[in-house]
Amino acid sequence: MLPFLLRRVGVMILTALTLSFVVFCLTNLAPNLEKLARTEGSVRMSDDAVLSWIENNGHGGSMVMRYGQWLGVAPGWVRTDDKGVTRGRCIQGAVTAESAPRFCGILQGDWGTSTVFREPVIKTVSEKLSSTAWLMLWVMLVMVPVSLIIGVLSGMREGSRTDRVLSTFAIATTATPEYVSGVILVVIFASATTGISPILAEWGWISGRTLFLGTATSAIDKITFWNFALPVMTIALYGIGYIARMTRASMTEVMTQQYIRTARLKGVAFHQVILKHALRNALIAPFTVIMLQFPWLLNGVVIVETLFNYKGFGWTLVQAAGNNDIQLLLACSVVAVFVVLVTQLISDVGYVFLNPRIRLS
Amino acid sequence: MTDWDPSKPILEIENLSISFFTRLREIPAVMDFSCTVMAGEAMGLVGESGCGKSTVALAVMRDLGKNGRIVSGSIKFKGRDLTHMNDEDLRQIRGSEIAMIYQEPMASLNPAMRVGDQLAEVPMIHQGMTRADALKLARQIIADVRLPDPDRILRAYPHQLSGGQQQRIVIAMALMAKPALLILDEPTTALDVTVEAGIVDLVKDLGTKYGTSMLFISHNLGLILDVCDRLCVMYSGEAVETGNVIEVFDKMRHPYTQALFRSIPLPGADKNTHPLIAIPGNFPLPHERPPGCNFGPRCDYFRDGLCNAQEVPMLAVPGHDRHATRCLRWSEIDWDAPAKIGKVTEKLPPGRLVLKMEDLKKYYSVSAGAFGGGAEKVVKANESLSFEAHENETLAIVGESGCGKSTFAKVLMGLETATSGQIMLFDENVQDTPIEARHTDTVSKLQMVFQNPFDTLNPSMTVGRQIIRALEIFQKGKDDADRVERMLTLLDMVKLPRAFAERMPRQLSGGQKQRVGIARAFAGGAKVVVADEPVSALDVSVQAAVTDLLMDIQRENHTTLLFISHDLSIVRYLSDRVMVMYLGHVVELGTTDQVFAPPYHPYTEALLSAVPIADTRVKKRRIVLEGDIPSAMNPPPGCPFQTRCRWKSQVPGNLCDTVLPPVQVLAGGHQIKCHLSEEQLAAMEPVITIAAE
Repeated sequence: MLPFLLRRVGVMILTALTLSFVVFCLTNLAPNLEKLARTEGSVRMSDDAVLSWIENNGHGGSMVMRYGQWLGVAPGWVRTDDKGVTRGRCIQGAVTAESAPRFCGILQGDWGTSTVFREPVIKTVSEKLSSTAWLMLWVMLVMVPVSLIIGVLSGMREGSRTDRVLSTFAIATTATPEYVSGVILVVIFASATTGISPILAEWGWISGRTLFLGTATSAIDKITFWNFALPVMTIALYGIGYIARMTRASMTEVMTQQYIRTARLKGVAFHQVILKHALRNALIAPFTVIMLQFPWLLNGVVIVETLFNYKGFGWTLVQAAGNNDIQLLLACSVVAVFVVLVTQLISDVGYVFLNPRIRLS
Repeated sequence: MTDWDPSKPILEIENLSISFFTRLREIPAVMDFSCTVMAGEAMGLVGESGCGKSTVALAVMRDLGKNGRIVSGSIKFKGRDLTHMNDEDLRQIRGSEIAMIYQEPMASLNPAMRVGDQLAEVPMIHQGMTRADALKLARQIIADVRLPDPDRILRAYPHQLSGGQQQRIVIAMALMAKPALLILDEPTTALDVTVEAGIVDLVKDLGTKYGTSMLFISHNLGLILDVCDRLCVMYSGEAVETGNVIEVFDKMRHPYTQALFRSIPLPGADKNTHPLIAIPGNFPLPHERPPGCNFGPRCDYFRDGLCNAQEVPMLAVPGHDRHATRCLRWSEIDWDAPAKIGKVTEKLPPGRLVLKMEDLKKYYSVSAGAFGGGAEKVVKANESLSFEAHENETLAIVGESGCGKSTFAKVLMGLETATSGQIMLFDENVQDTPIEARHTDTVSKLQMVFQNPFDTLNPSMTVGRQIIRALEIFQKGKDDADRVERMLTLLDMVKLPRAFAERMPRQLSGGQKQRVGIARAFAGGAKVVVADEPVSALDVSVQAAVTDLLMDIQRENHTTLLFISHDLSIVRYLSDRVMVMYLGHVVELGTTDQVFAPPYHPYTEALLSAVPIADTRVKKRRIVLEGDIPSAMNPPPGCPFQTRCRWKSQVPGNLCDTVLPPVQVLAGGHQIKCHLSEEQLAAMEPVITIAAE
C-alpha cells in the first residue's frame, strides 16, 4: 500500500507541475501581459512603454524562468531602475531590498497579489475556498445518501413500480440544468409574490415575507437552514439524478449475479440480501462517480454561486478570468488541479477497500 | 415436519409443468415431469442443454424468476407442497432443508465477503446461532470438505481460492445446515477433470456420511454413473426415461437414451472402424415441438400415425426397478440389435512431415500486484516443447487448464512469438514471425477452429459474407462470383444447407455455428488446423456430428489436425498420437494406444482415472490427485508434477524435488518425462479395464 501511495503522490506532483506550467503559459501570453500593463500602469501607455513596463515588472525573460520564479525554485527578479530604487519579486511592503529572500514563489508560500481584490492571493483563495467547501460539504451530505438510496431502491427490483417512479424522478432532475432548477426553486420557495411563500405568509405561518431566502449572501458569515437550503438543493438535485442512475445500473447488474441467487437460496431474507450481499458490490461503480463529483462541484458551482450571490470559489474564478488577474487565476487553477488529483487518489484507495479483488499486492 | 415418515419419498414431483411467459407467447419449458427421490438416494437428471433439467431444479427451489411459473403439478418435499408455499415458509426451507450447489463456483460466491462470513450466515439465519458458534461450525465443515488450513480459508475472499477450492466452499455452504436434499446443478462442469474427480468423491462420501438425498444434474453420463443410484433422462422438456442407473445404462428402453449412448465416445469406439453415430436433426425449439413424441422426427423407430398421433405417457417397464419410458413402441423394439455401423473407413497412413517443433519455449514476464508493485515474475507457459506432426495425422494435445496448451497454439499461429526454440512449418521457420508478417499463403495453410462458436462469428454479418471475407483475405477466387461459388461449396462441405449463406449467426445453433467456423478455417485450403477444444461447448449429440465432420474433411484434404482438448474420451476416439502436457512441460508423448495403456506417466495415469466413463462394464482404479495445479508463476523445483505425484516415494533420494526428469524413450518411440525406472514403469497396471461380457 505505501509504495503505491508514494508512487501515486509522485505522479500527482508531476501532473500538478505540468498542468500548472500549461496554465502559467496560457495566462502569461503576450496579449495578457499587455492588458495587465495597461490596467496596472496606464491605459494610454505607448507600445514601447508597455514593453518596458512588462520588462520592469518581471514579466520579461523566458517563460520557464518566470515559471521557476513563480514556483519558487528560481531566484525572484530584482531590478534597480535609473532612479536607484530597487524593486523585485520578493520586495514588497515592509520587506526591503536588503532583507528580501532570494526565492519567493508558491513553495515559499508567496502566491502573489490579486489585482482585482488588492490583497494577497492566498487570502482570497483560502477565504473563497472555505465558503465553497461549506457549500460542497452540505451538497455532498444531501446528495450522496439520497442518491444512493434512490439508486438502490430502484435497482433492487428492476422494472417495478418503485423503480419506474424513482427512475423518472432521477432522469427529470438530472435533465434539468441548475440555472433552470435554481430559478424554479426560487420562484416556488423564495419569492414574495409567487409560489408558496405568499400563502404561508397570509396564514401567518412564517414571519418574514418568504419561506427561504432567495440569496445566500448572508451564509458567508453564518449558515442557516433558511439561507442555505436552496443553493444546496439546486446543486444536489442535479447530482442526485446522475448518481442515482449510476447506482441503479450497478445495482440491477449485481441483482442478476449468481451470488445473489446463492444468498436467496440460502434462505437469506430479501432486505438482508440487499444490505449484506448486494450493497457493497453495487457501490463500487458509483463510488468513482461520487469522487468525480468533487472537481465538478468546485468549478460547476459557478452558476449557483452567481444565482444565489454566494461569493465562493467559482465566483472568484470567474472574477479572476474576467479581469485578467493572472496570479489569482493561477492560484485557482492550482487549487482545482490539486482537488481533482486528491479526490482521484482517495477514489482509487477507496476502490481498493470496497473491492477486495484488487487488494492483492 | 415431524409428521414426515422417512420411508416416504423426500422429494416427490408429480406431473410438473413449467412455462416461461414472454410478451409474445407462453413457452413451456418442462411438461408433465414426475420423479421421486427417496431418503439417502442420489437421483441424476441428464439431458442436453435446453432440455429443462435446470428449470426443474430451480422449480424445486421455487426460484424461477419473474417470467417463470409452475403451470400445473406439484412438488412435495417431505410431504409438504412447495408449489403453494408462501415466501416466509420457503425461506425456512431454502438453505436449511434443501441446499443447492451451482455450476460456476466463482460466480456463486459473493466476491466482497469473506468466506467465513458467507458460511456462517447459514446457521445464523436458520438456527439462530451466534456468530462465534457459526464460525466454529464453518471451520469444522471446511475441514470436512477436505480443505487445508481452515483458518486461513475462513478469512479469505473467494478470489483468493482456486476453482476447486471455491467449489468445496460452495459445497460446505450447502452442508452448513445439514440439509435433507442437496441439488447439484452441473457442479463440476467448470472444473478440470482431476479436480472434478476430487469433488465427485467428496460429494459421494458426504452423501453417505450425512445421509443426504441428492438431485444431481449433469450432461455427463459418466458422472451420473459414478454418483447416482437412479436417473431420469430428459429430452425437450420431458422426462423420457427413468429408472435405476444400471438398468437404464444396460437395458435402456427409450430410443433417445440409446442414441445418446451411441453418440458418446466410449472405450472401443474408433474413428475408422467404430465411428460414433450422431443423432440426426436438431433439438426442437420449445415453441416448435412436434406433435406426439418430441423425439419422433429424429428417431430411427418412428412410425407415422402412432408416434405423432397422441401425447405419449410414461409407461412402466415391468420387471424392472421403477423403470419407465416415454415410448409407445418400447416393447416392439429389439433393444439388443447392434447399432448400424456407419461407414467404415481406412486409416490413412501418415504422410510427409509438415510441422516440427524443437525445444520451443515461451515465457511471459508479468509484474505482480494490483498497483504494479513487486518484482517482475516470469510465467513459464511452455518449457522445451518438441514434437513432429505429419500429413493426415491427428495429434491430440491434452492437459488441464494452465498447462500451456493454449499458449502453444498462440505461438504456433503467430499471435505470440516464441522465446526460444524453433517451429518448422513446411519448409519455413515461423517461430519469430508474428501473424501480421506471415505470408498470406502460410496463414491460409495454418488455420484454427475455436472453442466457443458463439463468440467467434461476427454477430452483424451473414454467414456467407463471413466465409467470403475469409476467401478474400486468403486471396482465393478470381472474382466475386467465383468466391460466392466457393463459399457455397464450403457450406456443402460442412453439410450446411446453402440457404444458410443468408443467415445471421444468431439464427444458428451451436453446432451449426461451429460448422461455419470449420468452413471458415478451411476456406484457404488449410493444411494444418489447430482445433482448440472445438466441441467442448457443444452438446454430446452434436459433438459426434461435428467430430465426424472434422474427420471427413481431414481425410479428404489430408490435413494435419492438432486437436487441443481436455476430454480424454474424445481424444482416444479420434487421435492418432497424443501429447500430454502439465505445467508447460510435455510429460508424455506417444501413439494413442501407447498413452492410453501402461506404462503411463504418473500424471496421465491420474488423468485417465479421473475421466468418468459412461459404461457399466468399465472398471477403473481410482486415483485422486491431492491439491491443485501449482501456479505457472511459481512452479515447483525438479519435476513439475512432484507436488501431486503418488509415485514420488518410489524414486530414490530427492531426485523428484531437485532434478527435472529426462525424457525416457521407451519401445515404439513412446516418450515419458519421469524419474521412475523402466522396470517400475513396466510394472504399472492399467487404469481402465473392461470387464468381460
